[in-house]
Amino acid sequence: MVAPATLRVVRCGGSTLHGARAVFSADSKYLLCASGDFVKMYSVATEETLRLMGGHADLVTGIQLNPHNHMQLYSSSLDGSIKLWDFMDGIPIKTFTVGSKLLALYTLASSEDSVFVVIPKSGERDKFQLVSVKLTKAAGQDVEAKELSVVLDGVDASPKCIAFGREGEYVASVKEVNLQVYFFKQKQLNRFSVSAMKTKSGNNCFTCIACHPTEDCIATGHANGKIRLWRNFYHKKEYTFSTLHWHHDTVMDLAFSIEGTSLLSGGVESVLVLWHNESDCQKDFLPRLGSAIEYISMSSDGALCCTLHTDNRITIINSNLRFSKSIQGLIKSPGVKTGLVVDPRTKALVLNGEPGHLQFYCLQSDQQLFSLDIVQRQYIHQAGLNQADLVKVAFSAQGKWLATVEEREEVADPELQLKLWFYDEETQSFKLNTRINMPHEDHITDMCFRDMDELEDDSLILVTAGRDCVFKVWVMVEDTDPEAQQSVSWSCDFVGSYHNYQATNCCFSEDGSLLAVSFEETITVWDSVTWDLKCTFCYPPGKVRNICFGRLTCSKYLIGATDYGFLCCWNLLSCALEWSAHLNVLVLQPDPLSEHIAAVSWLSKESSLFVFKPNEPRPVYIQRNLCKEKIRLAAFVPRDEPEMISSEKYLWLRRSQLFFLTDMQELMTLSTKSLEERLTPSSKQLAVEESLPVTPFSVLLGKHRRQQSQEDTDLGKRVLHNKREQDSPAVRELLHTPAHVLPSASFLCPIFINSLLISKENKSAEEVADEVEMESEKTQEDSDEERDVTEMEQEDTSPMELLGEMTCKLSKSQEKELRKIRKMDYSWISAF
Amino acid sequence: MGEFEVHRVRFFGLVPAGVRCLVCQPRGGRLALARTDGAVEVYNFAANYFQEKVIPGHEARSVEALCWAAGDRLFGAGLGGDITEYDLARLCAAHSVDGCGGPIWSMAANSSGTQLAIGCEDGSVKLFQVVPGGIQFERNLDRRKGRILCLSWHPSDTHIAAGSIDILRVFDVRSGQTVQRVMVNYHVQKVKRECIVWSIAFLSSGTVVTSDSFGRVQFWDWERGTLLESHTISTSAVLSLAVSEKEDSIIVGTSTGATYQFQLLPVKTGSLEKRWVRTKPFQHHTHDVRAVAHSSTALISGGLDAQLVIRPLMEKMQKKGYEAALRKFTFPHRRLVSCARKARLLLFQFSQHLELWRLGSTDETGDDGEVLPLRRMPEHLVQLKSKGPEHIYCSCVSPCGSWVSYSTASRFHLYRVQYEGDGVSVKKVPKVPKLLLPAYQLQFSSDSSSLFVASARGSVHVLQLLEPGGCKHLHTLQPPSGSPEAVYLLASSADGHWLAAVGGDWAIHIYNLKCFKHHCMVPMYSCAVTAVAIHPVTNNLVITYSDQQLFEFSIPEKQYTAWSRMVQNRGLHKVWLERDSPITHITFNPKNPSHILLHDIYMFCVLDKSLPLPDNSTLLMNQGTLKQLPETARQRQLHAFKICKKFQPLLFADLLDEKCLVMVERPIMDIKTQLPLPIQQKKFGT
Repeated sequence: MVAPATLRVVRCGGSTLHGARAVFSADSKYLLCASGDFVKMYSVATEETLRLMGGHADLVTGIQLNPHNHMQLYSSSLDGSIKLWDFMDGIPIKTFTVGSKLLALYTLASSEDSVFVVIPKSGERDKFQLVSVKLTKAAGQDVEAKELSVVLDGVDASPKCIAFGREGEYVASVKEVNLQVYFFKQKQLNRFSVSAMKTKSGNNCFTCIACHPTEDCIATGHANGKIRLWRNFYHKKEYTFSTLHWHHDTVMDLAFSIEGTSLLSGGVESVLVLWHNESDCQKDFLPRLGSAIEYISMSSDGALCCTLHTDNRITIINSNLRFSKSIQGLIKSPGVKTGLVVDPRTKALVLNGEPGHLQFYCLQSDQQLFSLDIVQRQYIHQAGLNQADLVKVAFSAQGKWLATVEEREEVADPELQLKLWFYDEETQSFKLNTRINMPHEDHITDMCFRDMDELEDDSLILVTAGRDCVFKVWVMVEDTDPEAQQSVSWSCDFVGSYHNYQATNCCFSEDGSLLAVSFEETITVWDSVTWDLKCTFCYPPGKVRNICFGRLTCSKYLIGATDYGFLCCWNLLSCALEWSAHLNVLVLQPDPLSEHIAAVSWLSKESSLFVFKPNEPRPVYIQRNLCKEKIRLAAFVPRDEPEMISSEKYLWLRRSQLFFLTDMQELMTLSTKSLEERLTPSSKQLAVEESLPVTPFSVLLGKHRRQQSQEDTDLGKRVLHNKREQDSPAVRELLHTPAHVLPSASFLCPIFINSLLISKENKSAEEVADEVEMESEKTQEDSDEERDVTEMEQEDTSPMELLGEMTCKLSKSQEKELRKIRKMDYSWISAF
Repeated sequence: MGEFEVHRVRFFGLVPAGVRCLVCQPRGGRLALARTDGAVEVYNFAANYFQEKVIPGHEARSVEALCWAAGDRLFGAGLGGDITEYDLARLCAAHSVDGCGGPIWSMAANSSGTQLAIGCEDGSVKLFQVVPGGIQFERNLDRRKGRILCLSWHPSDTHIAAGSIDILRVFDVRSGQTVQRVMVNYHVQKVKRECIVWSIAFLSSGTVVTSDSFGRVQFWDWERGTLLESHTISTSAVLSLAVSEKEDSIIVGTSTGATYQFQLLPVKTGSLEKRWVRTKPFQHHTHDVRAVAHSSTALISGGLDAQLVIRPLMEKMQKKGYEAALRKFTFPHRRLVSCARKARLLLFQFSQHLELWRLGSTDETGDDGEVLPLRRMPEHLVQLKSKGPEHIYCSCVSPCGSWVSYSTASRFHLYRVQYEGDGVSVKKVPKVPKLLLPAYQLQFSSDSSSLFVASARGSVHVLQLLEPGGCKHLHTLQPPSGSPEAVYLLASSADGHWLAAVGGDWAIHIYNLKCFKHHCMVPMYSCAVTAVAIHPVTNNLVITYSDQQLFEFSIPEKQYTAWSRMVQNRGLHKVWLERDSPITHITFNPKNPSHILLHDIYMFCVLDKSLPLPDNSTLLMNQGTLKQLPETARQRQLHAFKICKKFQPLLFADLLDEKCLVMVERPIMDIKTQLPLPIQQKKFGT
């Protein structure tokens, strides 16, 4: 594997995750979603991401199944290309370059070799047109598709504003208050409009459109929550429409059922409405879907329906309007106030999720692990209502304690709550330990735990800095109340202040001996044992925006960034400024596993990344123009295993990966891998069988069988056959005897277990190794050290004399190499 | 200080009766409407939906069903059990026949108009033959239990569909047998309520359309007795249903006040398969829509909130304009208020009583738009109750305030009112002359010496009033050529010289009162006259028509005046012509002879003949903008129509003296509070 010369910025979640309606595969087993620059394929049964198809250089704006081959998928992107994929294998078959930005994609069964896309009208801003693109049959992977013919002019950019009618007879498009219908055969264009008056009935503008699959009927959604069903629209004058009204706000999307007997609609109410027979009186609801519904799509057999939500959630719903599954990536929250925090236990990214909730987002699987309700209050969807929200989060070093701050914005005084959560091993979740009302008089600006791995529990310290000009130190105390269910609770130990300045940031040094608290323009350093003020630093003018201590070999340095655009590094030993640089730093993030510190600056409408070591003022790495948006948050996430990075320049990415969250809540990362490579380390070679649901029993049996087959192959005929003959009848008997004549389970259990056991003299190291291997693979979160330990154990336990040992017993490094090879992607071979 | 001191009168407590049934004349341009108090009205589509004829109600004669038969004969039937034919020339019930089946709930005429079918309380359907001069019982159809609430003939006249409770039946007219019987609530097992079929229609394709109390509109195949389509449109009852003549559109009315249109639309372009689709919902009413009608160009609905709503079908309109406007009629197109200018009294006409009020007065003066404090409150002087079941046709108070007169269908009353300080005494004038009744309009002469009584056949009786409380028949004026229609508008000149009378055939005859001779006839105009008045100074007759045209006719010269010709040449302003309610009263300002004061329900207008007419490019209602202009610019912008829309709905406006106006308003909200509560409907929620 050759490392490419440049580092790429890769979107990996969040924000404009869904640029288009999702598509079900023809057998409704898979769900395909446009997700950022990728097309994702989920298994409907297991919710997991099966495939990530990358290759587009910009946002994917439309995906459609190839109507002539349901194993193929078209995707369009803002980069001006249409790609044809074999989505079962994840192989791009062809790329058609159109040239201009593509904003939506539609396919028709009746049009043999062309697809329809929305492109900007050349020469005019904010004008779009629907064109049909002829996809040439020319050989080769990359094909130019320049044969465009305009179908409709003046269409909306949104993919929801165009729909193709029954059997592709007509196409309908809405924009603002106008509806236009074009009949392909007659070459007739009819235009209709609704009154633009924004009177008592509200904003009448069109928002979305859907066409009846078998009849001449068009459904349109409006900004005032009405749904209109248009009929007779081939007459310019005698057209007619009926109205359905339930939504109180904008109808975000509409979809007809496959037979056209019912209509689904959704909006900000996060309620999916099912209208039967186009009647206003017969409707069913699926409420509490979590957040506003953005797109609705139906599977081709009509059994499933899928809604994409504004917070990037995907919900799969049964045809009888029952909630079935939910696929959650990074939940988009109204505002990420907590920052990006890494949970030390799961290595998950922790940030604001649903309002009042904390989401744990797994970066590897792009899935939400779970959502912790912090505020524990009913959220009411209403504009202008002040609701309590989570603003600060901190984990203790081992992830045993979680501190959260929530506040409710009031004009006069904010309502604050500090909560401390204890990780309960039994329930595997956080349990509320202490709740402190009004920990500070004013907003809490920063919060941190004393970050010490080795120390005992009782040395755990939490520091909060507040705008009320003090910082407070919280410690655990033994609960004296015998009634109390818990043994410890938290209380305030020390209150520090400095010249009545607002405390803005706080930070512990790596060994926990020093606490740095910034008070507006001044950074104060405190002894964490005696709480004495040791020294102060400042770099006037400008208030301190960020502070952090150096790590490892650079732990004698303190880094600070000020409002006036300076990055300063002080030496704690000499109490002097080591160096300073003129840089408008928004984010300052130290890597916990190395000396590197990442700083993201914002200058003239672009964010730039600087990675440096505190001991040298010259940056290790500079990436200008990281992205066009402002980057607010960043986090280093430790890698499971250090990556092999050939280039000296990118060595800082070896142990941890850097993630950013932009203003648009897009999660981005830096990757050394090339465009075609897969981002996620997991390399599931998708096969249809593999994605089938696995029952615990079949896992057990399958493992058993695999063991046997391995015994066969590895140990040859040396394994006693009668052993196998002995135990297999036991299992067979168990499986083939009718349930009502079976003896009790307690009687059967020992026999069954015994049949699975392998007698001691046959036990081979290999089997053990195999088992360990599997376990270690399953628990990918395990650290390297741990794995090394298991491997050591394995070596210890291996008996001395065994056959076939030489073939599989490899050195540690060899094994690592092998593992790497296994994880490599060979799918590019199949492209040839 | 403003131009006029205005008495803003809001104590006329009129509550119009709800609309009970509506029926369009087949292949004709009229609409018959029956109200819950038994009154029957006829609207003329050609005359811009003008309320052409009103037959006041009768306590004992409720109307449950109306139908046109044999061309333009109008029949009504009600819970009294009688079938009544109305005389539309004399505006009264001509004769009635007992149906012999208890209360009659429904009535329908066959397509040729030769037979009437009635549905009775006892469950019988009876056929009547329409013969010249009346109707004749023909026979009974198969009788079953359960009142027949609605009836409909098949267009080929061979079958009748009848809706009852829980059931609908189809009769064969020739044999009189029930040939189909359909249980309409068969599909609703869990509900034990009875399902009332409120309305039914038989289409030529053999489809029977029913609307029922479960809020459904259902389409049945009568031969197989199967349900073709069912549309649930409301949670409450669907009360009424009407089909267009082409049978491609249906309008239904519900008890929540909403009306819906159903259209027969092709499922796909070019395919023959058609389906009934609910299309447009309208919510014009607040209460039950008891009656709907479908004319060729409009959907018409009438509700218990007394509104008649005419919603033109845009797709049938050639152009946007007056024809395409939505009309809502709540008040009658004639005045129910008369004013004694000198005595400052107002007489209000209700359906069965009269109220005489004295206006309040004030000493103060104030700025434009200021509300002045009253020195004396308005005073309710007298309430005159009409005896007997008949409703009042017309009423009038003399300018001096000492005479009050009213008429019902069979009686004419004249009262002498005397004021002694604060007390009032009313004395009935004995021995009124026997006249041909009813009187359709009453008018006192300006000196209160004589009373003009508009009567049938175009005649006007002149009565001389005698002190202290007597009267004498002086003369009967009749058009020289005769007329079958009754006179419905009168206007007398201030000098007592001329009298103008407008008949139901829209002819305006002018009589000379000095010699009791027919003077002349105003040239015929093809639209209904809505108001006439004679100018006190010039003796010009000002006439307004229901198409909003305005004419001035010089009585002495027997021709239209030059100004009137100029108006006709120039044409009136577009906005003026597109108004949808007729001018109901005209009066003049004696101090300012060039001013004509006129009003309709929604506006009051001072027409200044001395100013130029506006053309279509200028703003018609420019009073608001004029106020903001400086004096010189204002002079340039002035035009003849000075319109005030402050007082709505305006039932009556008159000039008491040079500087004093009286405006009688009846706010819609005040009527709504008098009505029973509408069905509770949740705005949000499910």
